[in-house]
Amino acid sequence: MTFPVAVLELYPLFRWLSGVLESFGFSANTVLIISYAVLGVIMFSALSIIALFLVWWERKIAAHMQQRFGPMRHGWHGWYQTIMDAIKLLQKEDVRVASRDKIVYFWAPVICFVAAYLAYIVMPWGKNLIVADFNIGILYIMAVTTFTVIALLMAGWGSNNKYALLGGMRSAAQVVSYEIPMVASILTVILFVGSMSMVDIVTSQSGWIFNWFIFKLPFGPIAFVTYLIAATAEANRTPFDIPEAEQELVAGFNIEYSGMKFAMFFLAEFINMFTVSALAATLFLGGWNGWSFIPSWAWFLMKTFGVVFLMMLIRWTYPRLRVDQLMEFAWKFLVPVTFANLILAAVIKYAGWHW
Amino acid sequence: MSDLRTEEYYLNMGPHHPSTHGVCRMVLKMDGEKVKEIEPHIGYLHRSIEKICENRTYAQCIPILDRFEYVTAMSCNYVFALAAERLASIEVPERAEHIRVIMLELNRIASHLLFYGVTAMDIGALTPFLYGLRERESILDLFEMTCGQRLTYNYIRVGGVSRDLPNGFIPKCHEALNTIEKKLADYEGLLNENPIWLVRTVGIGVLPAKVALDYGVSGPCLRASGVQYDLRRNDPYSIYDRFEFDIPVRHNGDCYDRYLLRLDEIRQSIHIVRQALDALPEGDFKAKVSPNFKPPAGEVYARIENSRGELGVHVISDGTKKPLRVKTRGASYNHIAVLPAFATDVLLADLVAIFATMDVIMPEVDR
Repeated sequence: MTFPVAVLELYPLFRWLSGVLESFGFSANTVLIISYAVLGVIMFSALSIIALFLVWWERKIAAHMQQRFGPMRHGWHGWYQTIMDAIKLLQKEDVRVASRDKIVYFWAPVICFVAAYLAYIVMPWGKNLIVADFNIGILYIMAVTTFTVIALLMAGWGSNNKYALLGGMRSAAQVVSYEIPMVASILTVILFVGSMSMVDIVTSQSGWIFNWFIFKLPFGPIAFVTYLIAATAEANRTPFDIPEAEQELVAGFNIEYSGMKFAMFFLAEFINMFTVSALAATLFLGGWNGWSFIPSWAWFLMKTFGVVFLMMLIRWTYPRLRVDQLMEFAWKFLVPVTFANLILAAVIKYAGWHW
Repeated sequence: MSDLRTEEYYLNMGPHHPSTHGVCRMVLKMDGEKVKEIEPHIGYLHRSIEKICENRTYAQCIPILDRFEYVTAMSCNYVFALAAERLASIEVPERAEHIRVIMLELNRIASHLLFYGVTAMDIGALTPFLYGLRERESILDLFEMTCGQRLTYNYIRVGGVSRDLPNGFIPKCHEALNTIEKKLADYEGLLNENPIWLVRTVGIGVLPAKVALDYGVSGPCLRASGVQYDLRRNDPYSIYDRFEFDIPVRHNGDCYDRYLLRLDEIRQSIHIVRQALDALPEGDFKAKVSPNFKPPAGEVYARIENSRGELGVHVISDGTKKPLRVKTRGASYNHIAVLPAFATDVLLADLVAIFATMDVIMPEVDR
């Protein structure tokens, strides 16, 4: 049987699974649904492991930048520290504010968590390694990642805490503002590909480094850097981490959350960081393209972790911007630059002055 | 749309807040993110140090006063010893005076290094904090070597210091100073020209010299507003008049100047310590003073320049072995009091930056 999913590298697994299921007498549709569920579980586990790894990695990077060791007790260089942290958070009492807005307070972490995972449906992990190749892939990612801002706003409002509300308002203002330069940077890529499908974007960069969009596009480095800045802001990381600015707002939107609900925000934040990095790798750094003797998914992970590493270095180096300076930077600098870049790219594309 | 209106609200910043440096509570009247009014509430850290001192002998007061301003505990030791010595007219040996200057200036460097780290952290850069603490560590090691303590020293006693400098102190001190001097360039490289740091500090929280003087602001905060006033020069105590050093002054009075001024002061302090180490004479480190000495009746106000400003102790003696009344004066108290006068109409993030660069420490406010 055929699958609408392009999971050729997982194909043996699926053939085996569908064989087993069909021998139990399930119909083809049920087999398809179960296959998707299995795929979802695989994706969820992989992402959770990545998020836990990123937490540990960030702590290690921070520690080594600050002349410390960071986690050292659990396993080699504390490799399972974050797993223990997650178990601890699962066991913790769920402390809730009495004056909360019950529905909003409950659903905020759920939405944040789910929205963070949704983007990976169209993420090309490697050659033929994608859950579903939508023809509006990138648009879909931009749409679902914006759910996060609703979740943060809900968390800020539902907690009935002034710090949380300030954090929620800040995050709404920030994410909405930085969405525009981010999309404008991505548009230059879409302009040259002529398709919003993630697979098309990657395949049109096939080849070695000069075919990647960071160099192939006219002013590609500018688009890449503006994208990276906007992405850092989207992922709420220093120097743009004003929604949770611990020195001003204590913990911002997640001030009243504890236990697993806090863990959901926390993991979602790291998955969001991974998402924007994966997008940077896919859109500008050639996705899974590279030398063929390294598997394609390894290329994708290497590039993504490279961008994550860059974002972590920035986080532990720079101070935080103020909320109005953040807005000013978005509207007075990033938006004009990205739009100028987009218009120039369009002109060059129309005139055909590119390779 | 006409029925839409905005409302000012009160935000309770503290007593438990990451950037109030202790347990300060500020009730802020906010308009969105803008701070309209500040009302500092103090007293959460009151330990009644002044009252406790009334029931102790002069020698016993010193370890209590360690807790008065624990970031520069040496200067608290010293200011009380100075007051007691003036009351009882005790002559302090030359060597003790030199050791005191070394310790006071090392403590000033340690305090300013902590300021560097904490200010950077309050403005959002977390890494400089650890760098500041790393160099502070080498000074704390020197203190530990000298008196066995790292935070509350009880080292400077009435009539001198509790013990002589240990073997190997002088080379180790030179080494620490050289390292700090070298690392200072790194610190400046990390923040001074950083564009984000500049937009967060330049022109933020300008404290005019007149307001500063009206509210009794002293120390680096006053000098950053362009007033050249340093008690080491203006009211010399100990043997500061023998050393050659500059009083750094800056004129804008904003957060950036307050930050830069403290880095300048670290350099000057290094210069003073080096001179004192070179000039260190042989001799006694402590004058013969009875533990239960009874100064004649009278009163004295001793004041010194510590890392935050004027640190003063007013001691009244009734001729017994215990002081009748001890009143302390910490610069941080004035630095909190002046906040409502100049830090309004700023954003919340700016208030944090201003609070950090005023270098307020709560135990000094509440005593």
